[in-house]
Amino acid sequence: MSPEFKGFLLFSILKMLVVFTAVLVGVALLTLMERKVSAWMQNRRGPNRVGWAGLLQPAADGVKNIIKEETFPASANLLIFTLAPAMAFVPALLLSAVIPWAAPFPVAVDARLPLIGQVSYHGPLSMAVVDLPVGFLFVLAISSLGVYGIALAGWASNNKYSLLGGLRSSAQMVSYEVAMGMSLIPVLLLAGNVTFARIIEVQQAGLWFVLPLLLSCFVFLVAGFAETNRLPFDLPEAESELVAGYHTEYSAMKFSMFPLAEYANMTTVSAMVVTLFFGGWDLPGPWAPAPGLWLTVLTGGVMVVKVLFFLFLFMWVRWTLPRFRYDQLMALGWKVLLPIALLYIMVMAFTIWVVEKWLGPGSPRLAMLVLFGLNLVLGYFVFFILDRGWIVSGSYRRPTPPTSSTLPAPSAPGAP
Amino acid sequence: MAIGVKVMKRPERQVSYVRAALKGMALTFKHMLQPKVTMQYPEEKSTADARGTWAISPRWRGTHRMMADEQGRTKCVACGLCPQICPANCIKLVPGEDAEGNRYPLIYEIDEFRCVFCGYCQEVCPEEAIHVGVHYENAEYSRSRFVYDLERLGSQVHPVSTLWDPSDPRGE
Repeated sequence: MSPEFKGFLLFSILKMLVVFTAVLVGVALLTLMERKVSAWMQNRRGPNRVGWAGLLQPAADGVKNIIKEETFPASANLLIFTLAPAMAFVPALLLSAVIPWAAPFPVAVDARLPLIGQVSYHGPLSMAVVDLPVGFLFVLAISSLGVYGIALAGWASNNKYSLLGGLRSSAQMVSYEVAMGMSLIPVLLLAGNVTFARIIEVQQAGLWFVLPLLLSCFVFLVAGFAETNRLPFDLPEAESELVAGYHTEYSAMKFSMFPLAEYANMTTVSAMVVTLFFGGWDLPGPWAPAPGLWLTVLTGGVMVVKVLFFLFLFMWVRWTLPRFRYDQLMALGWKVLLPIALLYIMVMAFTIWVVEKWLGPGSPRLAMLVLFGLNLVLGYFVFFILDRGWIVSGSYRRPTPPTSSTLPAPSAPGAP
Repeated sequence: MAIGVKVMKRPERQVSYVRAALKGMALTFKHMLQPKVTMQYPEEKSTADARGTWAISPRWRGTHRMMADEQGRTKCVACGLCPQICPANCIKLVPGEDAEGNRYPLIYEIDEFRCVFCGYCQEVCPEEAIHVGVHYENAEYSRSRFVYDLERLGSQVHPVSTLWDPSDPRGE
């Protein structure tokens, strides 16, 4: 092996260790954050008995879950029943590999290390575990694998509620994936590329995409809530209807894999929103620092703060909004979000073309400001329409049933 | 579209979702900043003389106390009114008499498991001997410990209940 390849391998393994450890610990801590946020929103204190301010609560939960008894339903399909939690968890974890967590770190290493020999690495080191050229396409592809874990968990449990939960989850995730994918096409149009690094560069040169692509951001966020089965869309769990949905029959650590997968998915969706629409690790301001260690650490911190804000938003929404009815969920996905996303692609494609013809490629910030102005107008109309009951009444537009005055008069009794 | 769902033609302010959702989010965020109402129980306890919002009511009827007079003798004269009025039949009283003819209880036991904490015993007692107490931490390791004998009843120190007075219903 060449020293360059060894260096690449060494840094990749290091990044893997750091990112996966951080994500796993972060996901465990998110369970605590969820309970704390829910407590605060209900004027309670939340868990504060284990460790300082309850910080060791996830560890206590983990120990409890590991030593708890595992139960297997008598007629479950044992192989799939056992595999399903891992199938839900692995794709969720896999996605954290492609998110760039901080600014690239310039490395120049030429060293002889014990055991592995000569190692060299030169150039900027991407702070994503893998800097994939296919970018968010990979995220869309892998995140749709998560539905297998949930659907199979529901099926393998051999329980009607679990099965219903699994079916709902697959229907929901398939439906919202369409809107999610469509909402990302304007990003592609504006950035001209699907790699995260390039998207962040374009946002640094212009504006954060949340301004010129406001509606895309909105559609993506809503679809993200649905993809992660979070509360306004947590039909798969729906404890008031389905006991606990797809994880009714699970116990101990196998059960706790599902919430962990949910939190890992939330982290990914938050990181995606941040990267695609909120500038990733970018910190806006009139300064252009030289890349270096402190810049990488600083931008990493900025990224974590942004992701935490969106995780908080997930929890905030969860403890505020009630669950949708199933027809409302489907109507919102297919009849509201998808048309919005499709129309938005057409409008944005046309506008970007016009703006580029008009302003030329030299002034990306001005062009994006023009787009932002258009978005304010479009956003006003979309929210104006959505507020007319299109979201809550999935079947609002149905013609009203005939009233008594339009019905034929009942024939008199005794008439022939 | 769900089958058979009756859709009402409602006024717009009732079907608005975006505004209502935003209003709800604002409300939950406001609640996050409000003071917490949880009482940290084992560290922080509520007593009859506690200040603040978590004072236990002085009319609380908990486990009993037997009062003693100035010489340290029990006030009870074993008149038998409390076992008579007790609706749960939880008081066991065996009267005794000393050389001067003073009656006193030989055995006085209250089964706190049977007791319904109505406070009639305190109300009926002519000597103000038996009282229900303002007290709620009663855990024991065995059931037999819940039969309080005379010694146990006399050694309790918690405050006693101020029973409801019909002539002063609001406690003023």
